[in-house]
Amino acid sequence: MAKSLITLTINGEVHEQRVDDRELLIHTIRERINLTGAHIGCDTGHCGACTIDLDGRSVKSCMMFAVQANGASITTIEGMAHADGTLHALQEGFRMEHGLQCGYCTPGMITRAYRLLKENPNPTEAEIRMGIAGNLCRCTGYQNIVKSIQYAAEQLRIKEAAE
Amino acid sequence: MNEMVRNLSAEREIKLEGIGCKRKRTEDIRFVQGRGNYVDDVKLPGMLFGDFARSPFAHARIKKIDKASALAVEGVLAVITSDDLVPLNLHYMPTLAGDVQAVLAHGKVLFQNQEVAFIVAKDRYAAADGADALIVEYEELPALVDPHKSMAADAPVLREDIMDKTHGAHGPRKHPNHIFTWTAGDEAATEAAFAAADVVVKQYLAHPRVHPCPLETCCCVASMDKITGQLTLWGTFQAPHVVRTVASLIANIPEHKIRVIAPDIGGGFGNKVGVYPGYVCSVVASIVTGKPVKWVEDRMENLSTTAFARDYHITAELAATKDGKLLAMRSNVLADHGAFDACADPSKYPAGMYHICTGAYDIPTAYVSVEGVYTNKAPGGVSYRCSFRVTEAAYTIERIIEVLALKLGMDAAELRRKNFIQPTQFPYKSAFGWEYDSGDYPTAMAKAMEAVDYPKLRAEQVERVADFKAGKTRSLMGIGISFFTEIVGAGPSKNCDILGIAMFDSCEIRVHPTGSAVARLGTKSQGQGHETTYAQILATETGIPASAITIEEGDTDTAPYGLGTYGSRSTPVAGAACARAGRKIKQKAQLIASHLLEVHHDDLEWDVDGFQVKGLPEKRKSMKELAWAAYNNVPPGMEMGLEAVDYYDPPNFTFPYGAYFCVVDIDVDTGETKVRRFYALDDCGTRINPMIIEGQIHGGLTEAFAVAMGQLIDFDANGNVLGASLMDYFLPTAVETPHWETDFTEVPSPHHPIGAKGVGESPHVGGVPAFSNAINDAFSKVGGVHTHMPHTAARLWDYGRSLGLHT
Amino acid sequence: MIPGKFDYHRPATKTDAFKLLLDAGPDGRVLAGGHSLIPMMKLRLATPTALIDLGHISELKGISVSDKRIEIGATTTQHELIQSQELFTACPIIHETSLQIADPQIRYCGTLGGNIGNGDPGNDMPAVMQCLDAIYTIESLKGSRQVSARAFYRGAYVTALDDGEIITKISFVRPPTGHGYAYCKLKRKVGDYATAAAAVILEMSGGKVQSASITLTNVSDTPLCATAAAAAVTGTTLEPAAITAAVLAAEAITNPTADGRGSAAYRTRMAGVMVHRALELAKERAGDIGATSISASATGAPKTGKAGGMFGWLNR
Repeated sequence: MAKSLITLTINGEVHEQRVDDRELLIHTIRERINLTGAHIGCDTGHCGACTIDLDGRSVKSCMMFAVQANGASITTIEGMAHADGTLHALQEGFRMEHGLQCGYCTPGMITRAYRLLKENPNPTEAEIRMGIAGNLCRCTGYQNIVKSIQYAAEQLRIKEAAE
Repeated sequence: MNEMVRNLSAEREIKLEGIGCKRKRTEDIRFVQGRGNYVDDVKLPGMLFGDFARSPFAHARIKKIDKASALAVEGVLAVITSDDLVPLNLHYMPTLAGDVQAVLAHGKVLFQNQEVAFIVAKDRYAAADGADALIVEYEELPALVDPHKSMAADAPVLREDIMDKTHGAHGPRKHPNHIFTWTAGDEAATEAAFAAADVVVKQYLAHPRVHPCPLETCCCVASMDKITGQLTLWGTFQAPHVVRTVASLIANIPEHKIRVIAPDIGGGFGNKVGVYPGYVCSVVASIVTGKPVKWVEDRMENLSTTAFARDYHITAELAATKDGKLLAMRSNVLADHGAFDACADPSKYPAGMYHICTGAYDIPTAYVSVEGVYTNKAPGGVSYRCSFRVTEAAYTIERIIEVLALKLGMDAAELRRKNFIQPTQFPYKSAFGWEYDSGDYPTAMAKAMEAVDYPKLRAEQVERVADFKAGKTRSLMGIGISFFTEIVGAGPSKNCDILGIAMFDSCEIRVHPTGSAVARLGTKSQGQGHETTYAQILATETGIPASAITIEEGDTDTAPYGLGTYGSRSTPVAGAACARAGRKIKQKAQLIASHLLEVHHDDLEWDVDGFQVKGLPEKRKSMKELAWAAYNNVPPGMEMGLEAVDYYDPPNFTFPYGAYFCVVDIDVDTGETKVRRFYALDDCGTRINPMIIEGQIHGGLTEAFAVAMGQLIDFDANGNVLGASLMDYFLPTAVETPHWETDFTEVPSPHHPIGAKGVGESPHVGGVPAFSNAINDAFSKVGGVHTHMPHTAARLWDYGRSLGLHT
Repeated sequence: MIPGKFDYHRPATKTDAFKLLLDAGPDGRVLAGGHSLIPMMKLRLATPTALIDLGHISELKGISVSDKRIEIGATTTQHELIQSQELFTACPIIHETSLQIADPQIRYCGTLGGNIGNGDPGNDMPAVMQCLDAIYTIESLKGSRQVSARAFYRGAYVTALDDGEIITKISFVRPPTGHGYAYCKLKRKVGDYATAAAAVILEMSGGKVQSASITLTNVSDTPLCATAAAAAVTGTTLEPAAITAAVLAAEAITNPTADGRGSAAYRTRMAGVMVHRALELAKERAGDIGATSISASATGAPKTGKAGGMFGWLNR
């Protein structure tokens, strides 16, 4: 079975890895690069716990082989906070609005919401709900996740207005 | 209690972030940055990976296992089968219900996807290849799927290992597939009351098999150090201490040589209470190989093998006077326990607390009988976001009372109000002997009815029904009411034990010299926010700010023994231990203060975070100062240090309750339901953190919505499990999930140190009947009486057709 | 869930892809978005020995809208379909359908070619392509041929595609300005395949249907072209009797299997209900195209459409 040498830029850092062609991207990120924020929840592409941001798209990393991502630029939950260590508005929002409980879906949820707000900085509640429909949460009932994303959207708008 | 009330000055609590504050969660700092530490994040040098080869059949004899086929796969190091476990006497493990369960199929497979062989390999890819390659020869046997046929004369015998046992853990067995018959209440008096009643109703209520399905599946890492003989076991354990004891008993390893660590857990909801073959096999594999071994379930394995819930086939009956006064209640249940009885209930109660099924009503006489049977399905029978069988109980009473209302032609809210246990009746002894400690049901109901404007809803419904009958609309409106009473906080040692260990819980607190503290508890959060809320309780009790208190759980080497987190027991039991340990700290601090201030300790009074001499506020020692003194200047004869431990055996259960109203619109043409409104009023007693309470209620309601509207673990006639993936098993997304309105009343539990009753499961227990009642209420206006859950569009369409609603 | 072993190839041109596919033999598979294939591989229900990734062949991508025709490259993603203002203006049923496929993450990866090409009767785009009477361009080392969407599907996972062939392009006549359209999909939840769905394209003139095209998703082992249903409404004002006739004609050609989505009788009836609703919605929209603007967000709720989001208080 073939192995391939791949290059991934993850949270700004370049990683070269030699992987089996069948290795799933989630395993490369979690096991080789030791970024364990993204999780495996369902194995079949329904839960979104493994969501990462890949070349400007929200991607379920257990539905992609690492070789497919060769050359890609990836942001994971670990790359979400600012360089000075302050939290991203979404991370702050989830904490302020109690948008998480067990925390297992949270990295995927925040990473997905990150792309959602990039594409739609001022979403309605219905747009947020549709926008996170690829991420399952068993704990919160989503209501506070919606509020968390609204909180972040507001903070990001304020920040943008100030700049 | 009184002490607590004195302490509760809002200003003080805000300063300390104590009880009643919407304190932001401390655990979130790591979770929002992807720095949680879940079991699959544990990585040890040389770690191997285990995976199961599983049975494709529900019932079959194993003719041959060809290990060589798997051992030939690159990276596979070992294949473990039942035969390998026999010499270790590990081929069967005890279940929490007094039965045994095959760790790996022994001679026969008894449910589809049962564990047949454990493949140990260098990584998870090779392990999966090995499992895929393993050749097993089976002789298929007829599968027993319908529990109603389990005790038929010609039913296939499932459990050959116990077929000759005439007695099980709960009394005589009358058929090889019979597990137990359990009864409570007064059968003869109930029969007499039914015979004499004006009105009786009887309804079959199926509560189908579902699964808790937390987002993280079950997993573990076992690491046996052959040099020290120390076994370390990381796992998704809701009750880590119990796991340690069970591991010690079954593996014959001294308990002090086992360290069980439950790190962060990605949701439990009952799924992670039990002990599963994966844990046992990982331990064995680590012992055999001398290397750490990780096992992680995939989602299909999770849904099809570990811990189903419900599968109760309930007949419910009520007897009443013609003006609606309840006289008696009776329920017969057929309980499908699958192939092994692995239900997670206190030892004495094989049907859990099902006999809370008289609910919030003053019913003089009652009787229940529960019959447990084996089928060719996965074992489990856990409490899915509820105390032991309490959702089933609440469903029984809250559905049957609606059926009675229909028969009487009486408003369902009115019928409930007429039969409530009144505030003056507490403590109230139910017909089954439970002592309800407190409650004010009429006030809660009145508040809820006002909030939703109940009369207006009913008036609208009358119009809508008229429009429907006139052909002006194809939409039916349903109003679902649920007034539920839970029994949680297991539990008093007189009632509750697991494997002989009383269901107490514990807290140990150490105050450091500089005035901060660490507290460890025997419970284990799976998302409930214990690190935040226990610190709030301790802040209120000790005057140490919550931000200066670290809470730790889940490591059996450091935490005191406790029975874990499930059945809404953390706050009622460990929360009480927490408060009492805090009070012990405060007492000692007071003695140190009296020593330092040279006054009698009775002359001291407690303020925000220290003691002052009565009338002399400038003569004062803060908790911080007292902590320092505890390590260098204590009264003569006193031990140094400032530590306390408390093991709390609760005097009674707690009885949270709530009034829920659900309004739905059903599209009769497609069967789809739109939840227009859901209002949930909960009384969980003293509210420790309203933000977290609200979050718990949102989550529990969402799980109730899922159960009532879509969840089902279904089987075909051959016992093949249908739809065990998230394609088919209904986990609602943000789009389907309704908007939740929350409200509360606050009647503290009189016997709990801080008056708290527990809340995590109320919304599930109360929510399931609320949804089902809303659906059934809608159809009751056009001739329906009862339709079973899950209320999927397809099933409601079928139901509508059976009522003649389609052309 | 762990897939079996295979060799991965990433061609940069169509020709390279054809060669690789030929070399791989019968156990070679092309990989586009992967969201149908990879789960099957993880379940080991599919065990290809070679995967040829089409994701980096630029000539397979892109949307081209002219006055007459619309052409879409096979590896254009659902997300890109949703984002295209041009496509939304010219043929909004594609936007409406794409938004009802899977979920946001999957739409970033899932491609039109993948959706129409694997022959899964649950996929939504095949019926829409049949409704638009689209032509699939199929290529291999042997050359290129064109197959009508209406002739492409032979059975569940069985299509007109031969070994070594790849769908490279989808094209169809641009529907006339002002056409009515709807894709009504009944599903259990977001991300699910249809219990039943109906696509409708209508041309109205003087209050009457000039032409109609009606197709159905997931109520047989292939998408269904409901020709008789379309005939039943052509020339009518879509009065209730005409709609009822179309519904009955559509129901008559279904042959669904019972599954977790419901009984065969239910799914047949739901095909009728979806046809009914799609016809009404298409009528309402006919002549009105261009008035609405695309959502700022590709992930936003559809601005039009009564179906979808089925438990949906959202669509109140």
